[in-house]
Amino acid sequence: MRHALFSALLTLLAFAAAAAAGFEVEERHWIGPEDGTPLRVISTTDTAILEPLIGSFLEEHPEAAIEYTVANSSEVMKAVLEGQEPFDVALSSAMDLQTKLANDGFTRPHRSAATALIPEWGEWRSHVFAFSLEPASIVVSAAAFSGGEALRTRQDLISLLRAEPERFRGKVGTYDVSLSGLGYLFATQDARTSETYWRLMEVIGSLDPQLFCCSSSMIESVASGEILVAYNVLGSYARARRDLADKIIVIDPEDYTHLMMRSAVLLKGGRQPGLARSFADHLAAAAWSQPPAANYPFAQPPVAFVDSASPKRPIQLGPGLLVYLDAEKRRRFMAEWFSAVRKH
Amino acid sequence: MSAAVNVSGSLRRRLLLQLVGSAALLAAVLFFAVLGFVRTVAEESHDRILLASATSILDSVSVQAGEITADIPYAALSMLGNVSDDRVFYRIASPAGVLTGYADLPVAEEPVQPRQPLFETAAYKGEAIRAVTVSRRLAAQGAPVAVQVSVAQTRTGQAALLEQLFRSALFLGVGFFVLASGLAVWAAQSSITPLRSLTEAISRRGPKDLRPVTRPVPAEMSPLVLSLNSFIRRLQASLARSEDFIAEAAHRVRTPLATVRAQAEVTLMRVENEDNRASLREMIRAIDESSRAAGQLLDHAMVSFRTDSLERQEVNLTALARDLAERLQPVAELKDIGLHFQSDGDVSIKGDAILLQNAVRNILDNAIKYSGRDRTVRVRTVRNGGWGNIEVEDEAGGFAGEDTEALTRRFVRGANAGETIGSGLGLTIAREVAEAHGGRLIIENSQTGAGACVTLCFPLC
Repeated sequence: MRHALFSALLTLLAFAAAAAAGFEVEERHWIGPEDGTPLRVISTTDTAILEPLIGSFLEEHPEAAIEYTVANSSEVMKAVLEGQEPFDVALSSAMDLQTKLANDGFTRPHRSAATALIPEWGEWRSHVFAFSLEPASIVVSAAAFSGGEALRTRQDLISLLRAEPERFRGKVGTYDVSLSGLGYLFATQDARTSETYWRLMEVIGSLDPQLFCCSSSMIESVASGEILVAYNVLGSYARARRDLADKIIVIDPEDYTHLMMRSAVLLKGGRQPGLARSFADHLAAAAWSQPPAANYPFAQPPVAFVDSASPKRPIQLGPGLLVYLDAEKRRRFMAEWFSAVRKH
Repeated sequence: MSAAVNVSGSLRRRLLLQLVGSAALLAAVLFFAVLGFVRTVAEESHDRILLASATSILDSVSVQAGEITADIPYAALSMLGNVSDDRVFYRIASPAGVLTGYADLPVAEEPVQPRQPLFETAAYKGEAIRAVTVSRRLAAQGAPVAVQVSVAQTRTGQAALLEQLFRSALFLGVGFFVLASGLAVWAAQSSITPLRSLTEAISRRGPKDLRPVTRPVPAEMSPLVLSLNSFIRRLQASLARSEDFIAEAAHRVRTPLATVRAQAEVTLMRVENEDNRASLREMIRAIDESSRAAGQLLDHAMVSFRTDSLERQEVNLTALARDLAERLQPVAELKDIGLHFQSDGDVSIKGDAILLQNAVRNILDNAIKYSGRDRTVRVRTVRNGGWGNIEVEDEAGGFAGEDTEALTRRFVRGANAGETIGSGLGLTIAREVAEAHGGRLIIENSQTGAGACVTLCFPLC
């Protein structure tokens, strides 16, 4: 049934419009009936991950189709700011950028029964709606860590890296904060939370680390043995790779684990505000219903688990996130970060 | 005597309206005062948070290698997020230009004096914002530079807070009004209570009760009561004067009438001419009627006087009635009327024997007067529940659907009065005596239907 529906047309239009627009598109799909009313979604999330949810949405709205554009978070931001293409919905893992879009007036507010399901910390001024809760984890190679070294906190990691610098030289990876919005978000939240982060970065920096654009390539590099430790990887992605389950170990640090929330905003420039609201409701209901929808692609958000006593805490939505987007602040942070990581 | 009173307005309603009106006014004043106060407090606390944010940003501005840089603390903006979900804007500027933040933020371009924050309200990105600008002097490359930091926040959260405060103030005002109105109703009610109780006390009085009002009344009512008492006194005096006058007049008329009657009788014996004799008889009849009327007027005056200051003593009604029946026996026999007395035992009440005698005699007089020859008049004393009754039953034909109540009014006479001598005061006297003793007078047709039955009922002691 579902296949019949959106196998109707699944066209790969990747890079087609990239030249025309001032932002870089990774891929673009048309999902749903060819003559359907198009809901234009720009997202940092791979099509494959959200496909089941999109499918069930199209079943409920047979008149609609979704034009799904994938770009990285800063390109999503750029696309919205330029406003050349009238996107209806922006889905992004960069909570700071989503917050900035809402703060600077690019989004529409929305309230419904579905958005009421979202926990208070998962929503900002009825403009930003979280629909996932994903940890910033440490991923290590199962082969290299078969000895059973205890690696539960950042301090453990620092000690380990310091103890055996030769073993880990060139074998440690983390996000390149200048390339990835999510990497920057994780780094800034870490820096804000604990001084341990800077010591860790100093240690990693001394080991000639590899810097990555995205979680998936870090996971694959660990699985292949190219690197042994990847710091600040999306745990949800790593755990979703069942094929690599025996090659990697995913660790949520016990000192603290930041939980990133993937979020949706409804864009003011959109042509289908009604459909956009329905789509946001669909995502919110799938994520926050108890239990979540069967086709919800992420691990169930441990809502009850998130409290002050837990080391897992969601990154707080709100104007605080704007601080590290400040050009001056960002310049300073980048300088400091690269001086720590690119020491040698 | 329930003539319509010329009513104009109501004291209670006027008082109530004035109290409720004042309550409404006070509630409105309270509402606006509270609203104004909380609005000021809310705005001031919002301003203070903005100021704290701006100051912490300003503190982070420094000169490094001759360049002005800013390291905005995370808390500077997140503290605003903790207060409300409002949009936040900021700007750091120096005379050379905008260093970072929202360059087009509509805040003071003029230099702001250090330690004198400037608060502004403006519109930005389609929403109203509240902004604060603070300033600080730094030394960059040997020259002083004034750095200005502005922090602004939209006011949606504040508006929501104010709406909530507005509602609270409204509830407060309405609650105050409802409470005050309840108290106003109570106050209006209780302030007219003395008036109402005085009214009740006066309207409960018997028709002859002309005592002055002595019950305690509030000061405001004392002029009214004084006037009322003075009015009562004058009325009483006037009534007494007219009764005295009537009694005096009756007394003065009766004695000469007796002389005239005696003279007429003497003359009648001397006159032979039948026409003249008839004229004389007619004259004697008229004299009788006049003297009887005068007698009854005297009786009535006496009754009125004695009932005003009733002396209550043990009176045996049975003995009283028997005594009267015996005394009137000769009069009855003149008309061949059988006058019978019956009793089922002694009936005693507390009362004035003279008045009671007078009442019973008047009824008996009536019964004998209106009865034809060979009829019977029965007098009975009966004990009936809590009542002692004296019943006088005659065979004089009774009342054919007449208003028996009317017969007890002064100078009203029955339909069968005809030629019979009478003044129409007899039953009035009987009724007044009965009522003075707390009893009543019942006039009805007798059970046999042959005549009337008049009953005096007195409460037993």
